[in-house]
Amino acid sequence: MRIKLHVWRQSSRSDKGHMETYELDNVVAEMSFLEMMDTLNEKLTVEGKEPVAFDHDCREGVCGMCSMVINGEAHGPKSKTTTCQLYMRHFDDGAEIFIEPWRASAFPVVRDLVVDRSAFDRIIQAGGYVSNHSGPKPDPNSIPIEPSVAETALDAATCIGCGACVAACPNGSAMLFTSAKASHLGMLPQGQPERFDRAKSMVSQMESEGFGSCRNYAECEAQCPKGISIAFIGRLNSDFLKASLVEPIDRRGDMKAQ
Amino acid sequence: MNRIQTLYKSIIGKKVIAAVTGLILFGFLLGHVAGNLKVFTGKNAEGIPHIDEYGQFLKVAGEPLLPAGALLWGARLVLLTSVILHITVVVQLAMLSAEARPVSYVKSKKKAASLPALWMMFSGSLIAGFIVFHILHFTTGTIQLGAFEHGYVYNNLRSSFSNPFVAGGYIFVMLVIGVHLNHGVWSMFQTLGIDNPDRNQFLRTASTAVTMAIILGFIAVPASFLFGLMPEAANYAHELLTGH
Repeated sequence: MRIKLHVWRQSSRSDKGHMETYELDNVVAEMSFLEMMDTLNEKLTVEGKEPVAFDHDCREGVCGMCSMVINGEAHGPKSKTTTCQLYMRHFDDGAEIFIEPWRASAFPVVRDLVVDRSAFDRIIQAGGYVSNHSGPKPDPNSIPIEPSVAETALDAATCIGCGACVAACPNGSAMLFTSAKASHLGMLPQGQPERFDRAKSMVSQMESEGFGSCRNYAECEAQCPKGISIAFIGRLNSDFLKASLVEPIDRRGDMKAQ
Repeated sequence: MNRIQTLYKSIIGKKVIAAVTGLILFGFLLGHVAGNLKVFTGKNAEGIPHIDEYGQFLKVAGEPLLPAGALLWGARLVLLTSVILHITVVVQLAMLSAEARPVSYVKSKKKAASLPALWMMFSGSLIAGFIVFHILHFTTGTIQLGAFEHGYVYNNLRSSFSNPFVAGGYIFVMLVIGVHLNHGVWSMFQTLGIDNPDRNQFLRTASTAVTMAIILGFIAVPASFLFGLMPEAANYAHELLTGH
C-alpha cells in the first residue's frame, strides 16, 4: 500500500505547529495504524529527521493513550475502535490521511500528537471515588444490585479516559467523560454517600479546566471508542440539578412550627 | 437565591436556564398559534372577525380582577425576560466553547451532529431579528408593509400577506423556527435530565411532531392569504369592538 500522510508537527508547547506531508510506500494492509506510524518514524530516523511523537501504551484498545484525530474523526473512521485497533486495511491504497492531536485548550499539545490530559485526572480526583471501610472483607454479593443497573454502571465504567469525546465535540466539552465517571459510581449502592457532592465537585472541576459546554450534538457518543451513551450526560445533568437545587445544605438545623 | 446564583455560574446551570426559558417561549408559541387559527373561524353576528375579537380580548384579559392590560403586560414582561436570558446564557456558553478550542482542526468530520443542532446559533439569531421585526410590523405598526390600523387584525393580516414577498418571508422564517425547535425541544429534555434510552424515541418523535404542528399552523395564515383563500376584508365600526 502507498499512502500520503499529513501530520501535525509541533516541537513544544509554545511552538505554533504546522502540518507536514509524508509519503509511505511500504505499508502493509495488516499493519495496525500505530505500526504504520512506527514505520514512518523508522523512515524519518533513517533520514536523520525527528520522528513523530505520539502516545501509545497497551495497543489492545484499553489504555486510552493512542489519541489521534484521523481524517477529522477521533480514533479514525472505524466506530467503537481505538487508533491502535484500527488497521491499514480500513484505508484504500493511495489514501490521503490527516493526523492531528486532540484540539482543546484543556488538553495542551506537549509535542506533535501528544497532548497533556491531566485535566481528566483532576476531574477524577475531584470526586471520582467512593468511601470504603477498612475493616474485614464483606461477603461477596452482600449488597443487592439490580442486574440491569449494575450493567449500566459497567457501561459507564468502560470509559478509558482517552479524551475522544472532547476531541470530537464541536464545543470541546468533557461532559461525556465526566458523566461516565460520575455515573459508574453514582448508579451503584457503594457510590451513594457522595453521589450529589460528587456531581457538583466533578462538574466544578470540569469547568475550571476550561472545557466547553455540551450542546447535545451526541458527537461524543458517535466517536467514543467505547460507545458510551449520552444518557449518562442526562443523568449527570439531573444529579447536578438535584445537588444544586434540591439537596438540603443544612440537614441538622433547628426547625420551628407555626 | 444563593442556589440560583451558584446554578447560574455553572455550565450546566446556564444550559438549564436556556432550557427553561426555551420552554416558556415554546409555550408562548403554542398559545400564539392557537390564537392565530381564529383567523379561520370567521366573524361574529356583528360582522367582527373572531381574530379581531381575540386581539381585543388579550388587551382586557384578566379584568375585572386585574386592571386592563395587566395580564398582557405581565406576559410580555415574562416573555421579554425569557428571550433576554435565553440569548444571554447561550452567547456566554458559545464564547466559553470558542475558548475551549482555540486551534481548530484542519480536517473535521461530523458523525452524529445534525444540521439543525449545528445551526442553532444561526437560526436563533435570525429568529431574534424576526421577533423585533414582527413586533414593529404587526403590533406597533411602525413598519408598514400594507395598510395598517390598530385593532383591525384581520384586515392588517390580509393587507400584508397579499404581498407575496411579505407572506413568503414569514413562511421562510417559520421554517427556520421549525428547524430551531426540532433540536431545541428535544435538547430541553436532555438538558433537564428527563430523556433516557426508554423515552428517547418517543421524546424525539413527539418534539418533531409538535414542532411540525405548530409550524404548519403558523404557515397556514400567510399561505391562505397569499393564495386568496380568505374572505374579503371586514368592514365594521371600531366602537363595536372596543365597546365589548
